[in-house]
Amino acid sequence: MALNVGCAARPGKARKNKTGSWRVFRPVFESEQCTKCGMCALVCPEGCVIETEEGEFVPDYEYCKGCGICAEVCPKKGIRMEQEEK
Amino acid sequence: MAEHVAGCELFESGHRACGGCGPALAARLLLNATGENAIVVASTGCMEVFSTPYPETAWKVPWIHSLFENAAAVASGIEASLKRQGRSEKVLCVCGDGATFDIGVLCISGAFERGHDITYICYDNEAYMNTGIQRSGATPYDASTTTSPAGACSTGNQRPKKDMPAILAAHGAPYVATASISYPQDFMKKVEKALNTPGPCYIQVHAPCCTGWGFEAGETLNIGKLAIETGMWVNFEMENGEVTKVKKVKRKPVEEYLSRQKRFRHLFKPQRRDAEIAKIQAIADRNAEKYGIDIKKKE
Amino acid sequence: MLQITEGSHAVAEIAKFCRPQVVAAYPITPQTHIVEALADMVANCELDAEYITVESEFSALSACLGASAAGSRVYSATTSQGLALMFEVCFNVAGMRQPIVMSIVNRSLGAPLSIWNDQQDSISLRDSGWLQFYAEDNQEATDLHMIAYKVAEDHDVLLPAFVCFDGFILSHTYEPVDMPSQEEVDAYLPAFTPYHRLDAKDPISMGMYATPDYYMEFRYELERAMQRSIDVIKRAGAEFAEQFGRDYSALVESYRLDDAEIAFIAMGSICGTVKDAIDEMRDAGKKVGLAKIRTYRPFPTEELTRALAGVSTVAVLDKNISLGSGGAVGTEVKAMLAGSGITVLDYIIALGGRDVRKRDIAAIVDLADKGVGDMFYGLRTEVL
Repeated sequence: MALNVGCAARPGKARKNKTGSWRVFRPVFESEQCTKCGMCALVCPEGCVIETEEGEFVPDYEYCKGCGICAEVCPKKGIRMEQEEK
Repeated sequence: MAEHVAGCELFESGHRACGGCGPALAARLLLNATGENAIVVASTGCMEVFSTPYPETAWKVPWIHSLFENAAAVASGIEASLKRQGRSEKVLCVCGDGATFDIGVLCISGAFERGHDITYICYDNEAYMNTGIQRSGATPYDASTTTSPAGACSTGNQRPKKDMPAILAAHGAPYVATASISYPQDFMKKVEKALNTPGPCYIQVHAPCCTGWGFEAGETLNIGKLAIETGMWVNFEMENGEVTKVKKVKRKPVEEYLSRQKRFRHLFKPQRRDAEIAKIQAIADRNAEKYGIDIKKKE
Repeated sequence: MLQITEGSHAVAEIAKFCRPQVVAAYPITPQTHIVEALADMVANCELDAEYITVESEFSALSACLGASAAGSRVYSATTSQGLALMFEVCFNVAGMRQPIVMSIVNRSLGAPLSIWNDQQDSISLRDSGWLQFYAEDNQEATDLHMIAYKVAEDHDVLLPAFVCFDGFILSHTYEPVDMPSQEEVDAYLPAFTPYHRLDAKDPISMGMYATPDYYMEFRYELERAMQRSIDVIKRAGAEFAEQFGRDYSALVESYRLDDAEIAFIAMGSICGTVKDAIDEMRDAGKKVGLAKIRTYRPFPTEELTRALAGVSTVAVLDKNISLGSGGAVGTEVKAMLAGSGITVLDYIIALGGRDVRKRDIAAIVDLADKGVGDMFYGLRTEVL
């Protein structure tokens, strides 16, 4: 692939970097407690909490770094952080 | 606010910020507010590095980085060019506190004095994080950094945080605001307001850095919230130089904020330094008085 | 149309005819007349451009970079300390491949402070990735701006360009200049077509950082663009000759070199003095000539080697010094002619506005004849 002139690039390649491999803790979303407030998705620094068609919120483990902000902000304490098993 | 998120993500997953990064969240939130019709000018720094290693850019809006200190000047040129071409994109600078408080002041002052229609957003994580946590003009009093380390004869950074919003308000900026990523809706609203206010606008968003400040990644928003609740950070809006809106709080002692961060650990261990904590409390008290943030108890 | 005009005003006039959409510049002696003239044009609706009155040269070039990235043709002018302040941006503009054209009114660099002419300023940016053109007179200074834009913006090149002309000696001197009309410039220089631009309809990230996996390749691409520019300069010069009758198709202009034994190499306004001195020496039977470098970057190795093929001695006139090494041009010429058998002697002259007259040129020929060189010429030893 030829280099782009002037070290410029169009969007689309960032997602090649699967940051989920960094994770030490994994957020587990307990859907029965979810009120669909969306705070977890709003505050995720990765933008990797996805709203499904059913309006549920699920983390995309390909990118989730396991920071745990979502678990901290969830008003229902419905997100649990579990140690990853490697 | 969920509909904001469900829409198009303009800041993509896959960027290389630390887990729990406050500035990464700031980038996401501000793009939620700008939408697609924006051009972002970045300074050199953490956010630039973690979001744009060639050829993997996380930015789905037009984005440009030139140097550490010239974002406001580059933005001036872009704005002039767009004006000449009759184009409608909004021009934003998104720069760290080192680029804003210190090395970029010349360019910022020039751009604000000339009155370009740009919105300058400083993501303030209170030190040079990209190079390894050195003090900047935004570092708070007594914070230990790698160039202001606490030691046998030092309690850390010896100067209080520079009042950048006041400096830019003094330039005649029509809209100056502070915000915090811990209050995402408020931050996004302020970005929208700045974009819709003609002329140079400034937003300084508090963006806690778990790596540089020393707290667990999941605590990022909690720490930001404590900064507000203790008066160590004040969220306000200034329109044409007058403070028009302030976030009021039932204030907690600064110790609750300080004690949860490694950068202030020397104030508590090996022994408490009450005199220093009192000095920081005095800073918070002055903030509270200056901006009137205290919710008064009913008599 | 032939007009008697100050060099700065001629350059401002041609800058206007090149139709920049954004002008950002900062006043500094001896460039100031250019930016004043442009401001006047904007104030009187003669130039339809955004004029950004920046707070420093650093911001001038930074603003130009932004405007260029957004898709506008831009113009700036500076000199000396101003250019030094732009140092960081200069490398950046080239690396980002923004075809910005900037006039450099050559002036010495402090300390000591001096507003007078030499070429230390632009020469010091020789490694930055900007094309560098040097003008002998105000006509050439005027014409080279059109050529510079055409070459810089060529998609095979995409490099920024300095058009250098000597401070005061040219910038403040009234000379006859054949000034083209707007229509003639338009016919020569097409509207700016950016290679890519910041545009919400087609987002792109510019100025990303390169890891060691990529950095070297980007620098290699810059060098390749520099090398490709040689043919583009020749072509742009030939097209210019066809339309205007003045020929800049060569990167090196040879003057009475055919049977020369001693050849001067020089750049800029001093070439006029050298030519006059050569005429006199030729009349006296001395076989001397001049290879005038018009394009210092890219360095015209091939043309210069060819031009100097028959000479035995080369005297390089350097209005600069790379301290600790010698004159910048001389050093390159020595490297270029290594093993050729040609003697290359370097003369550091005219620093900080020291006058060089025809008799000085003749004196340098005498020194070269004796093999004496690699020296400062014209020192006032009485004050040392």
